[in-house]
Amino acid sequence: MSKLLAILGWGAVAVVGALAVGAIAVHRGEPINALWLVVAATCCYALGYRFYSKFIAVKILALDGLRATPAERLENGRDFLVTNKWVVFGHHFAAIAGPGPLVGPVLAAQFGYLPGTMWVLAGAVFAGCVQDFVTLLFSVRRDGKSLTEMAKDEIGRVGGFVAYVAVIAILIILLGVAALIVVNALKASPWGTFTIAMTMPIAVLMGVYLRRIRPGKVLEVSALGFVLVLAAIWGGQYVSQSPGLARLFTFSAPTLAILIMVYGFAASALPVWLLLAPRDYLSTFVKLGTIALLAVGIVALHPTLHMPALTRFVDGTGPVFAGKIFPFAFITIACGAISGFHALISSGTTPKLVARETETRMVGYGAMMCESAVAVMAIIAACVMQPGVYFAINSPAGVVGQAPAAAAATISSWGFPVTAADMQALAHAVGEQTLYNRTGGAPAFAVGMAHIFSHSLGGETLMALWYHFAIMFEALFILTILDAGTRVARFMVQDALGHVYKPLGRTSWYPSILGTSALIVGAWGYFLWQGVKDPLGGINSLWPLFGISNQLLATVALCVATTIIIKMHRAKYAAVTLVPLAWLVAVTFTASWQKMFDPNPRVGFLAQAEALAAGPATGATGRLIFNNRLDAAVTGVLVVMVTLVLVESGRQWWGILSGTRQAPVKEAPFVRTRLVEERG
Amino acid sequence: MKRIVFSWHTFMATLREIFDEAAYARFLERAGMASSRAAYAAFRREFEEVKVRRPKCC
Repeated sequence: MSKLLAILGWGAVAVVGALAVGAIAVHRGEPINALWLVVAATCCYALGYRFYSKFIAVKILALDGLRATPAERLENGRDFLVTNKWVVFGHHFAAIAGPGPLVGPVLAAQFGYLPGTMWVLAGAVFAGCVQDFVTLLFSVRRDGKSLTEMAKDEIGRVGGFVAYVAVIAILIILLGVAALIVVNALKASPWGTFTIAMTMPIAVLMGVYLRRIRPGKVLEVSALGFVLVLAAIWGGQYVSQSPGLARLFTFSAPTLAILIMVYGFAASALPVWLLLAPRDYLSTFVKLGTIALLAVGIVALHPTLHMPALTRFVDGTGPVFAGKIFPFAFITIACGAISGFHALISSGTTPKLVARETETRMVGYGAMMCESAVAVMAIIAACVMQPGVYFAINSPAGVVGQAPAAAAATISSWGFPVTAADMQALAHAVGEQTLYNRTGGAPAFAVGMAHIFSHSLGGETLMALWYHFAIMFEALFILTILDAGTRVARFMVQDALGHVYKPLGRTSWYPSILGTSALIVGAWGYFLWQGVKDPLGGINSLWPLFGISNQLLATVALCVATTIIIKMHRAKYAAVTLVPLAWLVAVTFTASWQKMFDPNPRVGFLAQAEALAAGPATGATGRLIFNNRLDAAVTGVLVVMVTLVLVESGRQWWGILSGTRQAPVKEAPFVRTRLVEERG
Repeated sequence: MKRIVFSWHTFMATLREIFDEAAYARFLERAGMASSRAAYAAFRREFEEVKVRRPKCC
């Protein structure tokens, strides 16, 4: 009876899901309700989790609830620790949820809501969740080893080296792009800048409170910090209305870029407890709360999507970023569907906390599903705006022009009507001087989020507060990635330099701290500066570069996973990782080729350099030409490295399958768990 | 009711883990110390080396 009910129940989910996906896919002409996306996503995730992840767990990974995990065998009360599965799930989700699934889908919305939604759902269920799940399980079976260590053990030294270099490269590109998003969100915005500036003294106050007044009471101080941040958002409106104060907090993009670099250096070199740790707590507090609030807001308001299913820009002429729907929609979405960076977390802290192998399914596969749901919310936030408004915010001045009337006329001529008066009214409603050319995705997401929040809670009068809440949320989020990422990269560089000269590897030796911090900040600062000076808004060239590098890391992770699956004598099921791997190779290699060699100057780095060289020379021409050639070179190096990993992996697979190569599985030996007996 | 209480406890435990309060409690237990400024400073010294090496995703 219960089996029949299950069949009927899951059959109903499948039918409803198919109807919702079908409605999204075939609907044209009229706006659709966001609930279609919510229902489609819910059904796809439910089916993917119930059936696909179970298939992987049973047929390929053969999860063994009786096998002791490293958390049990190596428990030390510090990093190895048996932890409740829901706690590990929350911890893992908090670590993988970043600004990527918010910004990427907003940028990709220039193609319409359909491509992004389809890739977020299919990519997560068949690629992203699978990658996170299998990487987590393989790390659990190898004493919590990192992706780079597993790549070295399973593929060879080349795999380990490439994974290491790819991580550093991605970190640097990511940090540059993330900083650029903050600059674009805060330039000429005294309210936003004031709010973010206030988070610095609030963080220091929290650090001192934690250290001196109430040691260890992190939740308490995070709640206190959150209240202070809300007060800063409230106070920001008075700053923006006061001419003297507004001038004090109004910065150009280059000035903001310099300030952010100074902040990144300080956060990397200062004691962690004073600035980095409290900001991290505050950011996590705001992040988890806001994501939950946004989900409730979308369901409560169930807004209408005004963006068409597909726009004319699928042909590659989009103003937000240039390039055709294939491969650039998939590169741009990034973490919302699959992120190589998640493989680092799935092989970092999380495998050391998992109590039983069977829990890796919920933690690895399940947490990525939630991340993907965040991406669906971002698509909804971007698409609730009128398309003309979306393009006015996201199009760089180099494409639509500086003057409001000219920009509005250009965008209207594309078939997305908008007037200068509409944009002025919207800017006024959110407390900004202008919303034109606010590239990067963050301001557009903030407008969409403010629209959803203000219609569900507080009405139009609170639109400005919600907008600045959203800007604060994103900037806080991104700055936390910036300071933590700079520090992580600094440690990685110090580890490597320690092999050359031992004191350089000491993380407490100040000359090394300052030198490596400057090196890392200089590296991402270069990309930031390049983006700030780019007439196309920077994000046009840098976000695809980030997307490519992130997906190339996912390629490395899937190579490792496929190699291990073949070594486990499960080659007949290798398609589970091999198909996403083949897709990623097709996407990233096509995108890389086009970014390097496409003759369209808006797409190809080298064509852009040539166009600049052939055009009228200005003071910045030489630097812009060099930047484009550098971006082409960086892309080329990443592709060559990943090609090496693919070749090396292919040799392994061929050798094992043809019987000419030994295939020892480098797992930790089986030890029976004591937890089952204890519980029993 | 039991289920609600259990869910609340799990939720709070998750928050305490995410916000490192649980790690601090384990440190105090392991070191046999009571919570104090000195204990928290010692915890941060030990913990920061591990914590700041953890990548956070994009």
